Amino acid sequence: MATQHARSAARVMMAPAVILLLGWMLVPLTMTLWFSFTRYLPMRGDSIERGLDWVGFENYVRFIGSSSFWPSVQATLLIVGGVLVITVILGVLLAILLDQPFWGQGIVRILVIAPFFVMPTVSALVWKNMMMDPVNGMLAHLWRFLGMTPVSWLSDASVQSIILIVSWQWLPFATLILLTAIQSLDREQLEAAEMDGAPVMARFWHIVLPHLGRAITIVVLIQTIFLLSIFAEIFVTTGGSFGTRTLTYLIFQRVVDSQNIGLGSAGGVYAIILANIVAIFLMRIVGKNLDR
Amino acid sequence: MGRITLDKVRKAFGDVEVIPPLDLTIEDGEFVVFVGPSGCGKSTLLRLIAGLEDVSDGQIRIDGKDATAVPPAKRGLAMVFQSYALYPHMSVRKNIAFPLRMAGLDKAEQDRRVAAAAEVLNLTDYLDRRPGQLSGGQRQRVAIGRAIVREPAAFLFDEPLSNLDAALRVGMRLEISELHKRLKTTMIYVTHDQVEAMTMADKIVVLRAGHIEQVGSPLDLYRAPRNLFVAGFIGSPKMNLIGGAVAAGHDATTIGIRPEHISVSAEAGDWKGIVGLSEHLGSDTFFHVTCEGIDGPLTVRVGGEVALDYGQTVWLSPDPAQIHRFDQNGLRIA
Repeated sequence: MATQHARSAARVMMAPAVILLLGWMLVPLTMTLWFSFTRYLPMRGDSIERGLDWVGFENYVRFIGSSSFWPSVQATLLIVGGVLVITVILGVLLAILLDQPFWGQGIVRILVIAPFFVMPTVSALVWKNMMMDPVNGMLAHLWRFLGMTPVSWLSDASVQSIILIVSWQWLPFATLILLTAIQSLDREQLEAAEMDGAPVMARFWHIVLPHLGRAITIVVLIQTIFLLSIFAEIFVTTGGSFGTRTLTYLIFQRVVDSQNIGLGSAGGVYAIILANIVAIFLMRIVGKNLDR
Repeated sequence: MGRITLDKVRKAFGDVEVIPPLDLTIEDGEFVVFVGPSGCGKSTLLRLIAGLEDVSDGQIRIDGKDATAVPPAKRGLAMVFQSYALYPHMSVRKNIAFPLRMAGLDKAEQDRRVAAAAEVLNLTDYLDRRPGQLSGGQRQRVAIGRAIVREPAAFLFDEPLSNLDAALRVGMRLEISELHKRLKTTMIYVTHDQVEAMTMADKIVVLRAGHIEQVGSPLDLYRAPRNLFVAGFIGSPKMNLIGGAVAAGHDATTIGIRPEHISVSAEAGDWKGIVGLSEHLGSDTFFHVTCEGIDGPLTVRVGGEVALDYGQTVWLSPDPAQIHRFDQNGLRIA
């Protein structure tokens, strides 16, 4: 019965990690759920020690009834969708490019991956002050050089700017995953397609892209999880104005700016539901893709 | 039609010359096998003909027309790869139809040709499966099916059987030979296995380090190998090569005698030896015999089931008519 012993021993040894992770997840989740059903305004003197008033679904009704709720959901989906489209398309193209043998390949690959190592706050600050500043930014200089009026990116094209900044950060991730996928493509398949009379674009469409299918779904899945919660980029650049207030940012404003923890927690629960709806859709697609 | 002529074709990767200038003509309808040890350039030669590699020098003509600079798809050749190179995300039907689809044939014609190919290759029941759900032999047939539908001028096979198990390999060998008899299309087949070469070819091309060592029918190569390399490579088990005084007695530097051309006797013969290991195959028995005055054991074939003890003394007599003589350069003495 060695295997049974081994199995129970394994369970015992894994237990601390499992309990820690479970606690890490369950405690905040339970607290959020609890707060969301209470009136919790610290500035008005509410606190856990003195006990919180149970208000039922009032916070939920107020959060969803607020005029900023649906625009925030829209902004979230727009930013997530935009970043996904840009990173996947450019990621595929970059992966194909980096897969070609060329001089200085190693250095170029490291450079391409570099943005991923920059903290979101830092990269957002760099984009805001160095690239997108309407007076001193690189883009403003370029626009003036071309004889055009510089654009005030973060107020006139705010959502697009956020998408640009976040895409810049996540493109390396997509490229890296897609590059490894493309490297695993059997060269003989491409040669066979070439002999079968498929020109370059047909080979890309019929052979390379289907081969990348799985990798693309994985990129989409992982990125969505992280993109739903982007915060620093918005906080540092637009502060949630000009239509860039995402659901995450709205919750932040409710909790920190308005000091309404109950209302913010209700928003948090909505965010969990939204993330799960997206996740279910994605899992369906991934499941279908991984089934083959 | 599929007459392929190589005229002083040379291939170099950088400074490394893989194939020195080489001439070869493959007649229409011939089954030609390129055989040689690994790294002899046989696959490169096939890829040059396919157009997957660029020729460094020289000319490739297909049916008399210069095809040296013609892209692979326009050469009218079909290739079966070692890994089969099936498209994993497409069904068998779509795999086979792919070249037709690329050629822009209408749907009805595609279906007709796919059905015909599937019929020939016993794939009709598997048309809606994906390659991942097929066995090795079935995948092999799909790869051949994809080649057949194009009705090419010639088929190119790159070690197509090396991923199959031994029993399946024998079966597929027969199927490919059968296919050739039926289609009467030129086939060029690359292998490192001399048994495949001997059993399938109309013409064998033995290659070593990019050089053609000998071209001829299987039995020509068996009966009269041009040099020591071909002598050692063709035939199974390998020809016994003997140097020294014994060879000098035949006015040669080296003599070769095939295991099947030596007779064994317990009483008398030319060479006295001691029996080493024996391999019993049932139909044949191979003995490894160490003889006095000869370096290394000789392999001897005896038909049927014969038992000789390990360490027993025997006499071997080569059939004088079957002795191959080679000079100091390893070339055959006529």
